[in-house]
This record gives sequence, structure tokens and C-alpha cells, in this order.
Amino acid sequence: MKIQDIKESFFIAAWFILLTFPIMVIQVNPIENIIEWRWWNLILVGAGSFMLSFVWRYLMNRKAGQKRKESEDAEDIPLTQRLLRNPRFFVPALIVLGVFVFAFPFLFSAYQINIMTTALIYVVLGLGLNIVVGLAGLLDLGYVAFYAVGAYSYALLNHHFGLGFWTVLPVGAFMGAMFGVLLGFPVLRLRGDYLAIVTLGFGEIIRLILENWNAFSFGPSGIANIPRPGFFGVDFSLEASSRYLYFLMIAMALFTIFVVNRLQNSRIGRAWIALREDEIACQAMGIDKTKTKLTAFALGATWAGMVGVMFAAKTTFINPASFTFLESAIILSIVVLGGMGSIVGVIIGALVLILLPEYLRAFSEYRMLLFGAIMVIMMVFRPQGIISGVRRTYQFKGKGDKAVKTRETVKQPAPTTDHS
Amino acid sequence: MDWEYFFELLLGGLTRGSIYALIALGYTMVYGIIELINFAHGEIYMIGAFTALIAANVLTMLGMNELAVLVLASVVAILYSAAYGFTVEKIAYKPLRQAPRLSPLISAIGMSIFLQNYVLLAQTSDFLPFPSLIPELEFMEPIAHIISSAEVIIILTTAVVMILLTLLIKYTRIGKAMRATAQDRSMAMLVGVNVNRVISTTFVIGSALAAVGGVLIASHIGMINFYIGFIAGIKAFTAAVLGGIGSIPGAVLGGMVLGWTESFATGYVSSDYEDVFAFALLVIILIFRPAGILGRSTTQKV
Repeated sequence: MKIQDIKESFFIAAWFILLTFPIMVIQVNPIENIIEWRWWNLILVGAGSFMLSFVWRYLMNRKAGQKRKESEDAEDIPLTQRLLRNPRFFVPALIVLGVFVFAFPFLFSAYQINIMTTALIYVVLGLGLNIVVGLAGLLDLGYVAFYAVGAYSYALLNHHFGLGFWTVLPVGAFMGAMFGVLLGFPVLRLRGDYLAIVTLGFGEIIRLILENWNAFSFGPSGIANIPRPGFFGVDFSLEASSRYLYFLMIAMALFTIFVVNRLQNSRIGRAWIALREDEIACQAMGIDKTKTKLTAFALGATWAGMVGVMFAAKTTFINPASFTFLESAIILSIVVLGGMGSIVGVIIGALVLILLPEYLRAFSEYRMLLFGAIMVIMMVFRPQGIISGVRRTYQFKGKGDKAVKTRETVKQPAPTTDHS
Repeated sequence: MDWEYFFELLLGGLTRGSIYALIALGYTMVYGIIELINFAHGEIYMIGAFTALIAANVLTMLGMNELAVLVLASVVAILYSAAYGFTVEKIAYKPLRQAPRLSPLISAIGMSIFLQNYVLLAQTSDFLPFPSLIPELEFMEPIAHIISSAEVIIILTTAVVMILLTLLIKYTRIGKAMRATAQDRSMAMLVGVNVNRVISTTFVIGSALAAVGGVLIASHIGMINFYIGFIAGIKAFTAAVLGGIGSIPGAVLGGMVLGWTESFATGYVSSDYEDVFAFALLVIILIFRPAGILGRSTTQKV
């Protein structure tokens, strides 16, 4: 630790004290004309930013060091990847996980099961968004709109026509896909950041329509008494039904993981990744950009639609307030935290981001603050996420000593070339 | 046709448009230089309004007169917004200069969420009444039913700020450096432009303009909470895109068009869908004329 560093950190702390002074320290109450001075916060901000500046500097140095190391030795496989690939670790871990997953609803209370079900909903949402953002590199900020479409499909079809959960599940998925294409068509021409804004606008339009078109969606008061999913006409007690929902969700998550995994290695999945890496080169290779983008939107939205139905069935009540931009942001931060394009990463990301705030009640207030911070910090220090996706590797074994290996970890989650 | 109602909507749209234009300038300038949608810009505007509210309350309680409060609170708000803009750039965007395009965008969204919740936690989630800082002008009395003096001041301030900004960019040294950086960053660096400083200055100026907008609109509407930045930010972005992002007159024109669209649509169609009109306009513009009204469409070179 150098003197200069300490000096610099002092400056940073002083700057942040100054910066946050009016908002952190002064609390005005304009109605009663009282000013509250919270000097304690001043000390907190000062000490906090002093400490954090050291962490920041350390991480920055490490990042710079890493870059140097990577260029020297590109063969270094990250530890997580090595663990995931090693069957000796992988198989027992999977078995333990499987046993835990099945034992979970019988070991814990209904409350815990509900939280887990919610987390699983986000796992599937994250995996769905991962197709659009992680694989195809299209930043979709209105993903929650498709979720809303699914949820309202079930709620409305049930309300008006009395259709059951199992009938609506594929309908919801289909509706999601339809809306995905509906959004996908006009935005085909748009580049990354414009696309983000249009999808954001689209999401907000859907929510505002749901909120204001009372005759159609019952407005802000929402729709209540949505039936839970049935099981061959068996009536469940409340606890049993939450267990049942949990297993349904597990099944859905497994199904999603299976499909996404297969998609990733399919022709279309490879096309998505190519599109993400370089649009122009991808077109030059003869990939139909329109079709590829549309399938990404449609397939991503399908999962949201399906999970939307599930969500409506789980909560039995929905209103537009559940489908705000923040929800999209949460799903996005799951994908970003986990690692864009990585299935295991997204699953871990969803579990961490949804379960942690639930269990650490004391800090649930700071949930969104944390989400924001995570998005910034991950982008700055580890853009590839907790567990980075791995590119397909080919190993060409030459004669004896001359082994040529080509392997690369995905370092860049998004298209690098955008010439304008 | 009811002309008085029409004029009311026209002027209401102009006022709204001025505010959108003020915020849109920040987007446009930043986008022009580093091609980043600064999502946190709306939050800077919100922080400007909050700082002004806090400063105004403290100063009023110290017993200052109205005019002094207006001036000092505005100055404090502008300084603080500029400082926030500067800091946000240093933390969230500067380390990502060389990163792929999606990274700074996600970082910006994160920053926006962070700042929103920072104000929410440090202050309050309730709407706070904002003191009406803008004085009622006496000579405005006869036409006060059509346009209030606050609206006149908003429109005039916007016009003055716009002219100053244009002059700054056209004739000063830093303005020239900004244009150079916008055209070609590495070339500007080669000819000795301190690009980092130019980018910082851009953020500072953009944030200061957002603060001006924040103070004006807050004292006009009279209420603020932590969430005002989000909607205002997106609408201002719409305005910037509408006019052609990267172009300063475009941002002003876009702001006006958006202000009028909203004003007339809510006045003649339905007030429930106020935000829907803005978003729909954004979507339509981006689909049919992504370069905006004044923007030139660029061809992609490989």
C-alpha cells in the first residue's frame, strides 16, 4: 500500500462526501418545514468510499494484470469451466443436486417452497432472455412484456372462457412467440442501442395499455381468482398445491435447460452466436439475418409467455404493476451476472439474485440498489459473468510434440464491430 | 374549433418541448461523442431537481428572499448535477471505453437503477412538493389564462441556453475539440486533443443542462419524486432520436415535436395514454426514419 494510494483514496472519499452531502445528509420535510441533518451518514459515506476506493483500485489493477496474462497465455482454462467439464466432479454434484431438488419441498415450509418456485420462474425467464441477449446479442429491455402477455392470456382466457391451465400453457407460449415476432419485425433494421430503446418502449406500451384499457384488462386493479393448475381433477390442500407447483416449475426449468442447451449447439444457435459476434460477417457467410433475428425473438418470448401463464397460476392474481421495467431489469441483471450465453451461469445468477434478498430480509430494501450496482460492477470488471460461456473447441492433434490447440473463452458478450 | 384551447395546447406543448429539449441535449451530446445512450441521464435530471428542492428549503428556512433562493438553488442544482454526471462517467463508462457496445449500455442501465434507488433510500419514495421558485411576472397578467409566466420563463431559458450552447460548440476551443472527438476519436487524439477531458466536459455540460431542465419543470409542476427521471429520460431520448441523435438543433426540434404530439394527443384524444403516444412515436420514428428528422443516414462500412 503506497502513500500515494492513501492520499488518492482520501480525495475520493472527500469527493463522495461532497457529492452525496445534500441527498444523504439533509432530509427536508417541506410540509412541516423541518430539516433533519443526518451527520452519521456523512461519516458512513466517507468511510465507505474510502474503503471501496481501495477495492476498486485493486480490482482495476487485477483486471489490467489479467489482460496482460491472457495475451501471454491464452490456454488458461478458468477453474469453473474445468470443474464443470470434469466428470469426476460433475456427476456426483449432479446427483447431490438432484436429490436436494426432490427432497426440498418435503424438508422445508410452504413459504420456502414458494420462494424457490419464484426463483425457478426467474431461472426460466433468465434462460429465455439469454437466448435473445446472450446468444443473439440483441439487447431486449422489454422482455417483461412477453411475460405479461403470457400471464394475461391465462387470466383473460380463464375469466372469459373458463379455459384451464394446461390448455392455456401452449396458448401462452404461442402468444409470447407471436408478440416476439410482432416486435421483431419492425426492429430488424435497428442496431444495438436503438433496439434496446425500442424494446423498452414496447414493454412500456404493453404495460400502459394493460393499465388503461379497463374494458379489456380490468385496469390497475388486475384480475383475481385465477385458478391454480389442476392435476387430473385432484383437489390439493394449499401446501400440497405449492409442492405441486414447485415440481411443475422444476419440470419446466429442466425442459427449458434441455431445449436451450440443444438450441445452443444447433444450426440456429450457431447462427445466433455468429450474428452476435459480427453481423456483417455473419451475413456474408450466408446466414439469413431476418430469419435468425426473428427466431431469437420468438423463441426468447416463448419462454416468457409460458412462464407468464405459470406466474398467473401461482399468484392467482395479476395486475400491471407486476410487469414494470424494473422486472425487465432484474431479468437482465440475472443474465448479466450469470454470464451471457452461459446456461449454468444464468441458473446460478437467478438463484443468487432472487434467493439472497429473500433470505436476507434486512437488506431486501437495498435489493434494487444492489441490482444496479451489480450491473455496473459486472460490466466493468467481469463482463463475461460469473461463469462465462465457452466457445466450441476443436483440437487438432498433430504429430507428437506439435499439438495445435484452438480454444477460446468468450470474452466479449456482444458484437464488437459496429462500423458507422 | 376552439382557438383558445388550441393555443393553450400549443403553448403547453412548447413548454414541455423546451424541457425535453434541455434534457435531450445531454443525450445528443454524449451520443455524438461516445455513441452511448447515457441511460443515467434522466437520473441526473432527477438529482438536479432533488438538490434544488433541498437547497431551496434550507435557504428559505435561513430566511433568504425568493429571488436569492431561486438563483442559489439553481446554481447548487447545476453544480451538483454536473458533479454527478462527471462521477458517473468516471465510474461506469470510462473503464468501458474499449469494451463492446452492449457493455456500457448495460452499465448505464445499472447506473440508472442505482441512482434511482439511492435517492429513494436516502430521501423518500413520496412525492415532495416543490416550492414554486419562478416568480409571477406582473406584465404577464393580461394573458395569464393562456400562458403562465413560469411557462414563458421556461421557454425563454431554453432558448437562451440553446443559443449559448451553439455558440460554445461553434466558436470555442473546447467546442472545436468536441466536434473533432465526435468525428473521429483516435484522429482527434493524434492531433493532441485530450479526449478524456473532452468526454468529461461533455458529461458536465449535458448534466448541467439537465439540471436546468429539472429545476424549471419541478417548479412548474410543483411535485417531484425519485421516479421522475426515468420517464423524462426516455422521453428526452425520444426527442433526441426524433430530431436525429448527435445533432443539437435536431434535439431542440425533436423536443418540440414530441411536446406538441403529447400536448395535442392528450388534449384531443385521451389523457390516459399520454406516455403511450410518446413511446409509439419513438417506435414509429425508429422504424421508418432511424436517422431522425435532421440526421443524415450513415452507410455501414466494412
